[in-house]
Amino acid sequence: MDFVEGEIMLEVQDVRKSFDGREGQGPFPREVLRGVSLSVRRGEVAAIIGPSGAGKTTLLRCVNFLERASSGRLTFGGQSFDLTRISKRDIAAIRLRTGFVFQDYNLFRNRTALGNVTEGLIAARGIPKEEAEEMGRRMLDKVGLSNKYDAWPSQLSGGQQQRVAIARALASKPEIIYFDEPTSALDPELTGEVLSVMRKLAEEGHTMLIVTHELAFARTVASQAVFMEDGAVVEAGPAEDVFSHPSRERTREFLNLTK
Amino acid sequence: MITDRLFHILADSFWKILLPGIKVTIPLTALSFALALVIAVIVALVQVAGVRGLKQLARFYIWAVRGTPLLVQLYVIFFGLPGIGIVLDPFPSAVLVFAVNEGAYAAETMRAALESVPRGQVEAGYCVGMSWLQIMRRIVLPQAFRMAFPPLSNSLIAMVKDTSLAANITVTEMFMTTQRIVARTYEPLALYCEVGLIYLLFSTVLTWLQRWGERRLAVHGFR
Ligand SMILES: Nc1ncnc2c1ncn2[C@@H]1O[C@H](COP(=O)(O)OP(=O)(O)O)[C@@H](O)[C@H]1O
Ligand SMILES: [Mg+2]
Repeated sequence: MDFVEGEIMLEVQDVRKSFDGREGQGPFPREVLRGVSLSVRRGEVAAIIGPSGAGKTTLLRCVNFLERASSGRLTFGGQSFDLTRISKRDIAAIRLRTGFVFQDYNLFRNRTALGNVTEGLIAARGIPKEEAEEMGRRMLDKVGLSNKYDAWPSQLSGGQQQRVAIARALASKPEIIYFDEPTSALDPELTGEVLSVMRKLAEEGHTMLIVTHELAFARTVASQAVFMEDGAVVEAGPAEDVFSHPSRERTREFLNLTK
Repeated sequence: MITDRLFHILADSFWKILLPGIKVTIPLTALSFALALVIAVIVALVQVAGVRGLKQLARFYIWAVRGTPLLVQLYVIFFGLPGIGIVLDPFPSAVLVFAVNEGAYAAETMRAALESVPRGQVEAGYCVGMSWLQIMRRIVLPQAFRMAFPPLSNSLIAMVKDTSLAANITVTEMFMTTQRIVARTYEPLALYCEVGLIYLLFSTVLTWLQRWGERRLAVHGFR
């Protein structure tokens, strides 16, 4: 995809995050994000790549407030916020405009596939059940699960569960969708169905920020690539540039290693 | 004949014991347990939410209640409180004590059940815009209740038997009724066995209900 010119949807500036000593891994407090900045334009697909432990998950979690950043700013749809001071109301408002797809799906186990998609529409947005279900069915159709409306998560394969999760994230017409390694928990033969759904969303012009180890996918679908390592952005730019002729030695090493 | 007389006493007392069982033991248990569940859910949620202050209060409550005998708690409320001018009737006293007592144990059961629901579902709830309370009510509690159903059923069965302690504070439930009949007839062995059997009957019915409930929950599909 070509590098997208246009209005900035999301911008993070100098995000830092330290974890205190509870999880018991080495010396604490440890700075896991050491001043990360990046921006995503409306309609753009940005891919974050990098070795595990780089802080990619933590970055997405900070951006959607699942984790409180230690410092940094977030500009969302033109409004700017201090990540350490943002109010609960602003957090709630931003979350209503975003979607999040987790590595391990995190489907609501007491809801059917359709129930998972409609839950947020009904509970958080107050959309009447009938209407929500109509929207939910459309979303499930879109991810190729027209025959699984009433299936429970436990009856679905990993790939199907992840597609339900994508439908759930998509249902509220988010302005940006975050994906955290959406295929990493899947058996290899199931990654294709999820990636092709994501490819379709990209073609429809959805704004997406995707953490992924699927480099071939990132290369073909993303317009921007961000290479992160050790809590910092090493290199960012048009995906074609980053993948074909990375300017940093570390990026080159990483791309060669993972080939 | 001696057995003839005994048979008469037993047949006669069966209904005399069962009646307070139906009129006192069952309402006492049902009311106390329902209140205990309400207490348990609130106390467990407070801890899971990690509200400072309230959480400490919850831990103190559980610590104090679990660390003292039920019988002592009954005495404190029924015989002790009048000393500072608070007089409660026997039945409400018993409900209060059983509810508060069971609430502490059930709160621990509920807390464990709440914590067993994967954290990721809570985060997913936030990401679709739900509030913490909505997530608890619609996603986490239903799953936690399912998980807690067998241990809570156990507690309910235990409570039916524990209500016999209410005899100590003059609640005329099954056990006290039996004691009175024994005092008249001098047949302690037969009559105490009889009341034991009636408790067994109650517990058996509850065990059936538990199985039925578990089957229904299983049919409901989610895992
Ligand atoms: N809750 C946490 N407490 C302590 N350390 C954490 C926590 N979450 C992540 N980390 C640490 O932060 C670093 C970055 O983690 P993560 O963001 O998951 O990396 P990535 O997604 O790039 O693999 C890792 O070293 C990880 O151990
Ligand atoms: Mg990760």
